[in-house]
Amino acid sequence: MKAVGIILAGTKKSRLEVLASHRNSAAMPVGGSYRVIDFALTNFSYSGVKTIALISQYNTRSLADHVSSSKWWNLGRKNSGIYLFTPDMLNSDTLSFKGTADAIYQNIEFLKKSSEKYVIISPSDHIMRIDYREVLKYHVEKKADITVVYKNMPEIDARNYGTLELDEQYRLTDFEEKPLEPQTTNISLGIYVIARELLIKLLEDLANEGRTSIADDIITRYRKKLRIYGYKFEGYWQALKDIDSLYATNLDFLNPDMRDEIFEKYSYVLTKAKDDPPVKYSQGCNVKNSILNGGDVINGTVHDSVLSRKVFIGEGSYIKNAIIMEGCTIGKGTVVENAILDKSVTIGDGKQIIGTPDNIKVIPKGQII
Amino acid sequence: MQKKEMIAMLLAGGQGSRLGALTTQIAKPAVMFGGKYRIIDFPLSNCVNSGIDTVGVLTQYEPLTLTKHIGIGIPWDLDLTHGGVTILSPFVTGKQGEWYSGTANAIYQNIRYIDSYNPEYVLVLSGDHVYKMDYAQMLNYHKQKGATATIGVIEVPMEEASQFGIMNTDSDLKVIEFEEKPAQPKSNFASMGIYIFNWKTLRKSLVEDKEIHPDSDFGKHIIPSLLNAGEPLFAYPFKSYWKDIGTIEAYWKANMELAYVVPEFNLYDDYWSIYTNSDNFAPQFISNTANVSHSLISKGCEIEGEIYNSIISPNVRIEKGCVIKDSIIMQGTIIKSGSILDKCIVSENSVIGDNVRIGHGEDIHNHDKPHVYNSGISVIGAYTTIPDNVGIGKNCEIVGNTTHEHYPNGYLPSGNSVVLKGGI
Repeated sequence: MKAVGIILAGTKKSRLEVLASHRNSAAMPVGGSYRVIDFALTNFSYSGVKTIALISQYNTRSLADHVSSSKWWNLGRKNSGIYLFTPDMLNSDTLSFKGTADAIYQNIEFLKKSSEKYVIISPSDHIMRIDYREVLKYHVEKKADITVVYKNMPEIDARNYGTLELDEQYRLTDFEEKPLEPQTTNISLGIYVIARELLIKLLEDLANEGRTSIADDIITRYRKKLRIYGYKFEGYWQALKDIDSLYATNLDFLNPDMRDEIFEKYSYVLTKAKDDPPVKYSQGCNVKNSILNGGDVINGTVHDSVLSRKVFIGEGSYIKNAIIMEGCTIGKGTVVENAILDKSVTIGDGKQIIGTPDNIKVIPKGQII
Repeated sequence: MQKKEMIAMLLAGGQGSRLGALTTQIAKPAVMFGGKYRIIDFPLSNCVNSGIDTVGVLTQYEPLTLTKHIGIGIPWDLDLTHGGVTILSPFVTGKQGEWYSGTANAIYQNIRYIDSYNPEYVLVLSGDHVYKMDYAQMLNYHKQKGATATIGVIEVPMEEASQFGIMNTDSDLKVIEFEEKPAQPKSNFASMGIYIFNWKTLRKSLVEDKEIHPDSDFGKHIIPSLLNAGEPLFAYPFKSYWKDIGTIEAYWKANMELAYVVPEFNLYDDYWSIYTNSDNFAPQFISNTANVSHSLISKGCEIEGEIYNSIISPNVRIEKGCVIKDSIIMQGTIIKSGSILDKCIVSENSVIGDNVRIGHGEDIHNHDKPHVYNSGISVIGAYTTIPDNVGIGKNCEIVGNTTHEHYPNGYLPSGNSVVLKGGI
């Protein structure tokens, strides 16, 4: 593979509320046994991208912990690995990254030292499986300067995303970031392929002009000057933008077609090994349509839910439509419905934690009820 | 080079012939246990948790699954630049090759490996046992006693003592006599096959014994010769869970016990984790049609049928309408819709067709191997296929890609075997 990868894990997701108050959104647990960054790392790893810069700035502790060894993603070889870059205090201007382009510019030495011909830029909070070898092939065939991966999504509100207008050859004619009046349903997935030398030049030009954003200052501004193409992605895609999308994405894992696409079709999703024992189902427990993980002990009823590792469910408890993260303990005769429990929540006997599908109840990390 | 105080030599070459079809393609230490584990994970994890970072694994019988499982030792943090895990297989020297002919002979043939770490002590282990043990405590004991060799022992019921190697000791636990399977046992201290030796003494003894016994064995030769030489040998009594899973019934029972509410052997403690090599599978999914009770289920499983009182390894698929009861299903096996399995062990990567019924019939011992299959449990080997709509009795053994012709009238009666030599 002739590309290095860049994962942008810098933005603060205030709409993930208490779940993101103590962790970087890229380290958000999802699907029972993953952090959302695992999907970006696995896609790179299986596409043969061996060197990855992970650029981040908020609450990086849990993210740094997760990627502290790159061997879990088959990286970390003599000439490869995951490099975590956080803001350095070079001078009074560089305390934080001011935008996507600025974040890469401040780490431009990484690009200059690399020898690969291309760079693939990916967001950190997307759940999808994509083979970048195909995208790169397309990029070369189209003789593109930049390729933007997009998905046609008439069902979502395009006002929250970047939109691409394309001609018949899939060449970009217009790009709008968070348009007030969307003209198209082609949504940018924030994945870009670009030649490394070109990216270095663009970033240096941008920096001289005090510009900081890839979407606004490169894609929109250069849409006529450069050959920018759209690559249509048709698989499953979700971004963890807010509580509702986190909840919906987790429940999507209960769908067999989706599980097949995410876990079987290409490869397993790689993550840090946890060494948990198998799940223990007690006499008289009742589990339906749910995902469970290592170290769970189930004595009660679990329906339509996603349980992370090391969750204990007491006798007579009823769990429905719930996302329960690592290390939670639920006592006896307790009801948890339409809720997300962050890590290490303890709920005593006979309690009721009940939300509605429109108003998911969220219990923050470590709370004892 | 940095000296290692103690290194471990893990004997993993045994076949375990009384495990029947479970070990036709897989060495006993690589047989799965407790869902996601393989037996060797227990001694290997014990080593790491005891602070031993250099382990030689001696393989001989059917080593493929075992060697692939261990790899370079990543799951046990044994991928080190100095030390770590090394697979030691028999080799050719000069023009002659030699198999490992006995437990001590196997160590003898790897003297150069041990010497390269210049250790003070060598821990000799068997890859056949399930237990959690802190070898560092045993080493402390060994040093306190000023022993040349310390032998791990476990108290067994007196009436079973005649099946074990028995250590007779004085009140200070100093070994005064060793008896292999004595008819009239004087003690119930059974050797666990766990030894700590002062390397200098052991090395000398191995070299000397090689000239006398070409099949040099620890229990039969080395321990008696050290005793005769007047060396101080001590017994180290171990007072926790330890299982030698020698027979199909013992294997089945030890697995089943893990599903108890508070099992004697607890896998759910953080203090002494057991590490293995199976962690990137998908999460397990229990469907709307499933019903699971009193069972252990591992990563990557898709469960659509009913499972009672069973142990399921990773990546197993159980389709709709299946009823799995009192059974053990190993990694990568598929059980197709409507099959009913009762008291049955299915080894790895096998396929059971639609509407198959196993474990149904009279409880008569296996005709060919009555000493192996006599507990009512039927065993399906690894990489085996069972066609649709057939019935299989109790104490049956099936290995290979069987077709309808192997099941006259669609039924294999209790006590019968179908063992097909696999073509490549």
